[in-house]
Amino acid sequence: MSIQVNHLSKRYGSQWAVNDLSFEIPTGEIVGFLGPNGAGKSTTMKILTGYIPASSGDAVVCGFNLNTDSLSVRKRVGYLPEHNPLYLDMYVTEYLQFSASMAGVSQIKSAVEKAIDLTQLSPERNKKIGQLSKGYRQRVGLAQALIHDPEVLILDEPTSGLDPNQVLEMRNVIKNLGKNKTVLLSTHIMQEVEAMCSRVILLNHGKIIADDTLEGLKQTSPNDSLEIIFRNLTNSHVGSI
Amino acid sequence: MWVVFKKEIRSFLGSFIAYIVMGVFLVITGIFMWLIQENNVLDLGIASLQVMFNIAPYILIFLVSAITMRSLSEERRLGTIEILTTRPVSDTAILLGKYFAAVGLIVFTLLPTLFYYYTINQLADPLQGVDSGATWGSYMGLVLLAASYASIGLFASSLTDNQIVSLIISMVLCFFWYGVLSLLGDIKALELIGKSLEWFSLDFHYQSISRGVLDTRDIVYFLGFIATFLGGTKLVFESRKW
Repeated sequence: MSIQVNHLSKRYGSQWAVNDLSFEIPTGEIVGFLGPNGAGKSTTMKILTGYIPASSGDAVVCGFNLNTDSLSVRKRVGYLPEHNPLYLDMYVTEYLQFSASMAGVSQIKSAVEKAIDLTQLSPERNKKIGQLSKGYRQRVGLAQALIHDPEVLILDEPTSGLDPNQVLEMRNVIKNLGKNKTVLLSTHIMQEVEAMCSRVILLNHGKIIADDTLEGLKQTSPNDSLEIIFRNLTNSHVGSI
Repeated sequence: MWVVFKKEIRSFLGSFIAYIVMGVFLVITGIFMWLIQENNVLDLGIASLQVMFNIAPYILIFLVSAITMRSLSEERRLGTIEILTTRPVSDTAILLGKYFAAVGLIVFTLLPTLFYYYTINQLADPLQGVDSGATWGSYMGLVLLAASYASIGLFASSLTDNQIVSLIISMVLCFFWYGVLSLLGDIKALELIGKSLEWFSLDFHYQSISRGVLDTRDIVYFLGFIATFLGGTKLVFESRKW
C-alpha cells in the first residue's frame, strides 16, 4: 500500500474540513480525488504531504507514519500544490536545481535533466519562470514535484487554468508518470478523471460519499454520464444534511 | 540549511537588494565620516571611527529591515512556503538558512568600511595611532547588533504576508530595542526602573562592547536576544500546525 488513511480528521475552529476519512491506495494506481470546492480535497492533500498535521487520525505513506516520521514521508512524496506556487524571479533550471538539493537528491544534474525531459520543458529551460506561459509554469510545478523520483505524486488540480491543448498534454504526462508511480490527483472535472484515473474518491463536506472504480461508479446508474452521477451524488448528499 | 542559505544569497544578488543596501550604507557612512562639516574625521581631529559607529546603528535599522522584510512574508504571499515545508528539510533549517543569509549580507556590507580604518590609521599622528582595541570591539558590537536586528526582521517577516507591514514592524521593534529603551535610562524620574530597563536595550550592550572590552555578559545578552527572536519566529512559522 502506498497510502493508507485511517479516520483522518481536520478541524478549523468549529468547522470540520475533513471528517473521519479512511481509504487506501495501492502502489501504481492513479486515483482521482473528486468533489466540489471546499469538499476537503486540498486539506487532505496538505495533510498527506506533511504541510499541516491532522486534528485526529493518522496516515501512513510509503510505509511511514506521517505523525511520527514526517521527514521520511516527505522524501518519498512529490507535491504540486494548488495554484502552483513558484519563484517567478528564478530561472527554470536554477529552480529545479534548488528543488533537487532541497529534496536531498545526490545527482542533481541528471535529476534536473530527467525532470526537464519528462515534462518536456527543454525549449523553455533557460528562461525565467516569470516569463513562461501558464502551461509551461504548470510543467515547472510538475517537474519540481518529481525531481527526486518520488514513489507517490500528489497533485492538486494539476490542469486548472490550462487551455484545452495544454490540458491534453498535461494529462498525457501524468498518465505516463502513473505507469510506475502512485498518483493522487484532485480535480472537479469529471472528464479529467475519465481520461486519467482508474479509481475515484468522491468527497463532499469533508466526507467520502463514493470510493469506487470508474466502471463501478458507472454501473450505479448506467444511463447517466459520469458528470450527472457526480452531480447526483453531491446534491443528494447535500440534501441529506 | 545551506541550500536555503545559498538560494537566499542568490535572490539578494538577483533582486538588487544587496547592491542597494551596500550602496546606501557606504554612501551614508561615507558622507558622515568625511564630508559633513565639523563632524567629519578631519575637522574633529581625532583618529577614530567613532563617527561611523555612532551613525551606523540607525542606518542599519532601516537596511537590515529592508533585507529581511521579504524573507518569509514573500514565501507566504506566493504560496511557495507550501513547497518549501513539504521538502525533507526541517523548519529550523529553513529559518536558520534565511537568517544566516541576511547576517552574511550585512557582514559583507560592513567589510568595505575597513578601508576607512586603514585610511585613518595612515593619517593618524603618530602613524597607526588608532585605538585598535576599541575599533575591533566596535566592529564586533556592530555585527552583533546587526545580527540582532536581523532576528527582529525575520520575526516581523513571519507575522505577515505583506512586505511593507513587515518592514514597518521590524523598524519599530528595532528602534524600540535600540533607541527607546536606552533613552529611558536618562529619564531622572524613572530612576532605578529606567536604569534597569536601559540594561535591556541593545544600545547599552553595543556601547559596552564598543569600548573594546569583550564582556561575556554582553555576548550572552546578544546571543540570548537573537535566540529569543528566532524562537519567536519559529513559533509563528509553525503556527500553521496548530
